Order: sequence, then structure tokens, then C-alpha cells
Amino acid sequence: MLDDFILRAILAGVGLSIATGPLGAFVVWRRMAYFGDATAHAAILGVALALGFSISITLGTLIVVLGMGLLVAALAGRGIAIDTTLGVLAHSSLAIGLVAISFIEGVRIDLTAFLFGDILAVTTSDLAYIWGGSVLVVLLLRWRWSALLTATVSEELAASVGIDPGRERLYLTLALAVVVALSLKVVGALLIASMLIIPAAAARGFAMTPERMAGVAILIGMLSTLIGVGTSFHLDTPAGPSIVVAAAIGFVISLIIARRRRRIG
Amino acid sequence: MNLIEAKNLSVDHGRSAVLDNVNFAISAGEIVTVVGPNGSGKSTFIRSILGVQRATSGTVIRQDGLRIGYVPQKLFIDDTLPMTVTRFLSLPRKQTQANMDKVTRRVGATALDHRQMTSLSGGQFQRILLARALLGAPQILILDEPTQGLDQQGVALFYALIEEVRRELGCAVLMVSHDLHVVMSASDRVICLNGHICCEGTPQVVSAAPEYRALFGVGTGGALALYRHTHDHDHDHDHSHAHEHDPHGRAN
Repeated sequence: MLDDFILRAILAGVGLSIATGPLGAFVVWRRMAYFGDATAHAAILGVALALGFSISITLGTLIVVLGMGLLVAALAGRGIAIDTTLGVLAHSSLAIGLVAISFIEGVRIDLTAFLFGDILAVTTSDLAYIWGGSVLVVLLLRWRWSALLTATVSEELAASVGIDPGRERLYLTLALAVVVALSLKVVGALLIASMLIIPAAAARGFAMTPERMAGVAILIGMLSTLIGVGTSFHLDTPAGPSIVVAAAIGFVISLIIARRRRRIG
Repeated sequence: MNLIEAKNLSVDHGRSAVLDNVNFAISAGEIVTVVGPNGSGKSTFIRSILGVQRATSGTVIRQDGLRIGYVPQKLFIDDTLPMTVTRFLSLPRKQTQANMDKVTRRVGATALDHRQMTSLSGGQFQRILLARALLGAPQILILDEPTQGLDQQGVALFYALIEEVRRELGCAVLMVSHDLHVVMSASDRVICLNGHICCEGTPQVVSAAPEYRALFGVGTGGALALYRHTHDHDHDHDHSHAHEHDPHGRAN
């Protein structure tokens, strides 16, 4: 029979997939993969601050990630070549976070849990956070969908019909910050970006419209969770990475299917 | 009544000024063409007019609720973004099939509904962009070098199409172009831009202006002759553009 912690792990992964599917699609379309990386690395700094100031880790991460997100969005909005700046910001905030944690007295935490996540340790209250946050993000994306999509296709086109592309970018940043903060415990800082990108990229081969791609990305995320957690349970592999491996296999399968379809069609 | 008005518009990128103290206005039904060499700030100008680019100083005022039909220079749709023609036409507002059929018929790009945007030819793509711009019954069409990537004949056909559409809708047209001789003949007013407004006026005035000649050099001599030639035709036949464009094709 399924143990409680397995059920919670699956519920956590499934809940997260609902948000990472459509959000990941935007990350892929807008070529924002770097963004997921940068914010995820900053999350570790958030963990350190949360421990230092004795606030909830989710809240600490959310604040730092949001700050990082706004900074990156501001730089990108100004058209500054941000590649190097971003690399410096992302990795130094990760390193500063790790160093800061070592200074905090009396705290002995399992860092690998934050780097790679520990989905099998998800509590009921974690589940409430994850589902609450995911539903919030999905509602936000649903509300802004058309405007976001138009701004993604072309900022000028969006402006010509009265959509402010800068504001839409802000909504997206906000949604990303929430998801990164929530998924820290599930897949960890180093794998968050992959959970955003891989299911969406895998969904591309199965979709003719943006909406379909977002939907398929959700399904692939859920399926990867089931397979990953199952593998982890039976073969004693680390759960977070197993989920990502499952998604990556899904991506390869989608590539093969898409190529075969193109050859026939 | 001006649809769009820019007052003392200046835009800096870093330390260099891209637009310097540009004053501009366009009224209902007017056709204004902006010409200028590469890097003259044409695109920045359009981005400012649309409100994407924030002005360093000066103001841009658009009439309240102005319906803009924008046709970009080139639209890069990422390969990872699946987008059928039908879905694209419904950006940002859902359109009825009847409406979409009407505009795609108007621009001569039918039977593409379920094609992916990325699989269209250059000409088809531009026509779909124009169709989308027409969906909102625009009061002004803003065209930013709309014929880039089209061959000579495609360019001529596309401008003829814009002319027809404009006559039907009676909308204003603001066009940025470097296809000087093709676009100038149909314009009420030409603005020659090179960071600042070098000269402006009717096509005759601008093409005779020393500033314009300095910018576009010797090449304009031929274009000018063609322009005058086509202009005469305008008076005779009341806008017979399909045939006007022909001589240009041969000239180039």
C-alpha cells in the first residue's frame, strides 16, 4: 500500500506541476531559462536569511527570490547585456547563502535538502503552501494569459493594443518567484529550473497552440512526479533528481515522436 | 484633431541621443511616411509612438481609446512557441471565424488557418500581420518597414494592398520605410529623420530639400525621377498603384 509520505510527495509534485507547466512554457517561449537559474540560486541566500532572522523559510526565499527577479527583470528591461552580470549575481548569491548558513549558531541543517529537495519529507502544511501557491499562480496566469502571450510574441504589438509589456513581465516575475520559493523543498534549488523548462520543452512536440503546450506540460510534470517518486520508492534513488530524470526521458521521447511525425507529414 | 502627437520627444540610449527633440503629429486619414538611413532612430521613433520606449524627455499623446493597427518590421516567433494562424489572429482578443475570414480574404491570405506561423512564407507572414492589424477596425495603421524580406514584386504588391485597405477604411497611415520611391508617391507628408527631423513636408518639398539629398545621396536622383513620373500618373488615374509600382521594379 502507499505510505502517507509517498502520497504527500505525489500530491506535492502534482500540485507544483500545475503551476510549472504554464509558467515553464513562458520561460521557454521567452528564452528566460537563465532567469529560472538565477532566481533558484538566490533561493539559498533566502534560506540563510530565513534562518538568521528566524522567519519561515518559504517566506525568506520568497523575499530574496522576488528581489532577485525584479533586479533581473529591470536589467533585462533596460536591454543591458546581462549574461555575465547574471552569472555573477546568481552564483555569488548561492555562495553567500552557503557561507552565511555556516555562520548561524546552533543550526545544523541538511544543505543537500535545499540543493536537491526532499520531496519525501513534505509535511501537510507544506502541501497547503504548495497547493495554495500553485492555484494562485495558475489564477494569475489565467487572468493575464492573453496579455502575457501577446507581449511574449511582440512587445510592440502588445503596446499597440494597449498592453503594457513591462507590467506583464512583472506579473511573470512574481509568479516565478512564488513557484521557486514553493518548489525549493520539493526539487531543490539546483533542479527548480529543470522542472520549469523540461516538461514545457517536452510538450512542444505535442502541441499546435500555446494553450495545448501549457496543458501537456502540466501532464508531463505530473507523470514525471509519479514515475520519479515511484522509482525513488522502489530503487531508493533520490526523489527530486528522479523526477527530473523522468521528465528528461519524456523530452527525448517527444523529440523522437515529433521527428517521426515530421517525416511522415 | 491629432490621433497621435509627440512634443519635443527625446530618447537617449546610454549617453548617446537616438532621438533629439522630435515634434510630430498625425491627423485622421493622413498618410505620413518617415524615411531615414539605418540607425537614424526610425524604430525608436515607432517604439516611442506605441509607448514601448519611454521618452527621456518630451511627451507622446495618443488620442483616448485610439485603435492602432500595427504591422511590425519583422515578427520573430520563437520556434518553441506553437502558434497557428487562427490563434495568432485572436491575439489579444478572441475573434469570430467570420471576422478572421473577412480580413484574411481582404489581404489574400486564405486557407492558412491551421498552418503554424513559423511555416509561412515571408509574403504570407506579412499578409497575416496586416490581417491582424485590420481586425480591430483601426483608426491608424502603423507600419514599420513592413516589406523587409519580400522580393521586389512582393514589395509592390504589399504596398498596393495597403493602399487599397487604407482607401476602404479611411484610416491614417504612419509608415516607416527605406523603399523611398515606392512609398513617397502615396504620402501626404514625408518626414526625413536622422536622429532629429532633417526636413519635412510634401513629397515634392522633401525630395528637393538639400538635407534629404545629403542623407540619401546620388541614388535619389533616379528615385526622384521615378517619383515625379508616378506622381503625374496619380493625377491622371486617381491612384492606380498596381501599375505605378512596375517602373520601380525595372529601375532597380
